Amino acid sequence: MLNIIVCIKQVPMVSELPWDSKTGTLKRELAHGMMDPASRCALEAALQIKESQGAHICAITMGPLMAEEILHQAKALGADEGVLLTDRRMAGADTFITSHILASYIKEYCSNFNLVLCGSQTSDSETAQVGPQLAEELSIPSICYAGHVDFKNTHVEVQRHVDDFFELLKMNLPGLISIDLSSYKARYLALEGVQNAFENPDIRIVDAKKLNLGKNFSALADSPTRIIDVYSPTTQKENRVLKGAVKKVVDQLFKEYGKEISSAMGKDLKTHKHDGGA
Amino acid sequence: MSSNKEIWVFGDYRNYFQNRVTLQILARAVDLASVTGGEVCAVVFGDGTDEYAKEYIAHGAQKVYVMDDPRLASYSIETFSWLMTWLSKKFTPETLLVGATRFGQEMAPRVAKKLGTGLTADCIDLEINDKKQLVQIAPSFGGNLVAKIITPETRPQMATVRPGTFHELTHDYEAKGEIISFDLPENLPEDQIQLLTSEYKPSKKKKIEDADIVICGGRGMGSKGKFKKLFELAKIMNAEVGATRPVVYSEWADHETLVGQAGKNIKPKILFSFGVSGAIQHTAALTDARFIIAVNKNPNATMMKMADVAVVADANQACLGIIKAIKENIRD
Ligand SMILES: Cc1cc2nc3c(=O)[nH]c(=O)nc-3n(C[C@H](O)[C@H](O)[C@H](O)COP(=O)(O)OP(=O)(O)OC[C@H]3O[C@@H](n4cnc5c(N)ncnc54)[C@H](O)[C@@H]3O)c2cc1C
Ligand SMILES: Nc1ncnc2c1ncn2[C@@H]1O[C@H](COP(=O)(O)O)[C@@H](O)[C@H]1O
Repeated sequence: MLNIIVCIKQVPMVSELPWDSKTGTLKRELAHGMMDPASRCALEAALQIKESQGAHICAITMGPLMAEEILHQAKALGADEGVLLTDRRMAGADTFITSHILASYIKEYCSNFNLVLCGSQTSDSETAQVGPQLAEELSIPSICYAGHVDFKNTHVEVQRHVDDFFELLKMNLPGLISIDLSSYKARYLALEGVQNAFENPDIRIVDAKKLNLGKNFSALADSPTRIIDVYSPTTQKENRVLKGAVKKVVDQLFKEYGKEISSAMGKDLKTHKHDGGA
Repeated sequence: MSSNKEIWVFGDYRNYFQNRVTLQILARAVDLASVTGGEVCAVVFGDGTDEYAKEYIAHGAQKVYVMDDPRLASYSIETFSWLMTWLSKKFTPETLLVGATRFGQEMAPRVAKKLGTGLTADCIDLEINDKKQLVQIAPSFGGNLVAKIITPETRPQMATVRPGTFHELTHDYEAKGEIISFDLPENLPEDQIQLLTSEYKPSKKKKIEDADIVICGGRGMGSKGKFKKLFELAKIMNAEVGATRPVVYSEWADHETLVGQAGKNIKPKILFSFGVSGAIQHTAALTDARFIIAVNKNPNATMMKMADVAVVADANQACLGIIKAIKENIRD
C-alpha cells in the first residue's frame, strides 16, 4: 500500500483576533491554535490520493503538547495515524533543526514511505524552508509550490505555476511535494470522521530520546542561526492628521493634496486650486 | 570553520527583464564587501550565459563563477543546488545570498542543508557587525517586531531577499571583473525530476510592483462587499489594488494583490491605505512608497503613524467619499 506522510504544523489563529484600540496592534496572547492553512491543503492532497487509489496517511507534527489537537483533527479528516514529536529540548528550532527532527522520525519509523507532503509555507513563519530541507535530509527529490498532483504508481506528475512559468514535472518516488495554499481547497470535518477519531483516538507521542537526537541535543543551541536582537522599528512621522465628519475630511484631503493625487493619476481634478483650471 | 571573504550572489537570470533581484542584491553586496574587505562574486549556471555574467560585472560583481553547459539549459533545483554546494565547498565563501524568487526560495534551503549552515528567509536588510558577521534583519512573528539574526559558527552565512528590497546600481560599462569558468563535475548526479512542459506566461495585468498609485485595503474594510469598493476606486484612479494577508486569507481579494513579506514589494508615488494596522510583515514592503495616505478609525495604528496624511475615519465611508469626490471633480 501507498504510504503517505503529511507534515502539519499548529499555528496561532491570528486572523480572528481583536486589536487593541490603544496601540492598534493585535492581541496575540489571545490566539488559539489551529492547523496551518497550507498544511491543511497538504493533508487535503493526501486525502484525495487516498480516495482515488487507497493509501495509508500518517500525519506528523513537531510542537508543544497542545499541538496534539491538530493531529486529532487530521485523523477526523481521514488520516490513519497521528504522531506528535514533542520535547522541551525541541523548542526554539529553526528550519534546519525542525527538518532534522522530522527527518529523524521518518528515517527511524517510516522508512518505507512513498510520498511526503508539506504545505509550501506556514502562516506563522512563511519561510517555505522546512519542505525542501526535509527532502534534502531524506535524500529525496522535491517539488515545491505544487498546484496539482497526479499520482502514477512509480512516479507523480505535478503542475505548478512559479516565477511566471507554468510547469508540468515528473518526479520519481519516493519524493516530497509542498502544496501551494491556493491549490487544494481543504474540506470541512464530516461527522463520520469525528466518529472515527473518537473510536481511534491514539496519538503517538515521541520525545527527543526516542528519536536518538543525542544526549546533548538542544534545538535552540544546535540551530545554526541565532537571534541576537528583537526590536520595534520606530515609525512615527511628522504628519498631517485629518479628522471629523467624513465629507469634511475628504474635501480637506483633496484641497490640500489634490495636486499630488491628480498628478499620480494622470488626470486633472477640479478640487484643488493650484492648476488655475486649464 | 575557515572561509575566504567572498560574498556570493546566486545569478538568477531567468525571466531577466522582470526579474531584477540579482542586480538588487549585488548592489547591497557591494556595500557589505566595503565593510568586510571581501569580494563580490556572482554564480551562474546555464547554457549561453555570457551576457548575464557581463551584466553582473557591470552591476558590481568583481568575479563571476560560471558553469555553462547545454545540460544546464533549463533551471533544475536538484542540479543547481548540487552545483552550488560543490562550488561552495571548493571556495568556502563567507556569505551566500539568494533572491527570493520561487526558484531561489526552493534552492537556497537545499543548499543550506547540504552545507550544514543556517538560512534566514526574506531579509528586509543586511548589515555587517563589528565582528564582521552578516546581520540578517527579518520581520519577527508577534507584533511590530524586527529580529536581527546571525549565523555564528557555520559558513557560508545564507539569506534570501525579496525582489524590490534593495536598489540596483546603474550599469557601469567600464567595470572590470573576472569570469571563471568550470566544466560540469563528472559525478553530478542524475535528476530525479523531469521537466515535461514549461510555458512562459507573464501575467498581462499591470503589475502592482510598478503601479504609480496603490490602494491597499486591510481587515478594517469590514467585509468582502465593502472591500469591492476599493476596486471601483482603483479603476477611476488608474490604480492597482493591494491587500493585507487577512484579506487574502478571507478571499476578499486574490493572492496576486498581497503586499508584504509573503507577497509583493511596492513603490507607488501615492499609497492609499484603508483599514490596515501596519504590521511589520506588511510595512516592510512599503519603504519605497513616496507618499502615504492612511485611513483608520484608530489614530494610533502603526500605519497611521508612518503615513504622511493620517485620516481618522471609517475606512469604508472614506472610500465611498473619495470615489464620490473624484467622480464629481474629474476633468476628462
Ligand atoms: C510570517 C508572516 C508573514 C506575513 N506576511 C504578510 C504579508 O506579506 N502581508 C500582510 O499584509 N500581512 C502579512 N502577515 C500578517 C501581518 O502580521 C498582519 O497580521 C496583517 O498585515 C494585518 O492585516 P490588517 O492590517 O488588514 O488587519 P488588522 O491587523 O486586523 O488591522 C485592521 C485595522 O483596521 C482598523 N479598522 C477596523 N475597523 C475599521 C473601520 N471601520 N474603519 C477604519 N479602520 C478600521 C483597525 O484599527 C486596525 O488598525 C504576515 C504574518 C506573518 C506571521
Ligand atoms: N513543526 C512542524 N511540524 C511539522 N511540519 C512542519 C513544521 N514546521 C513546518 N512544517 C512543514 O513545513 C511546511 C513549510 O513550513 P515553513 O518552512 O515553516 O514555512 C509546513 O506547511 C509544514 O508542512
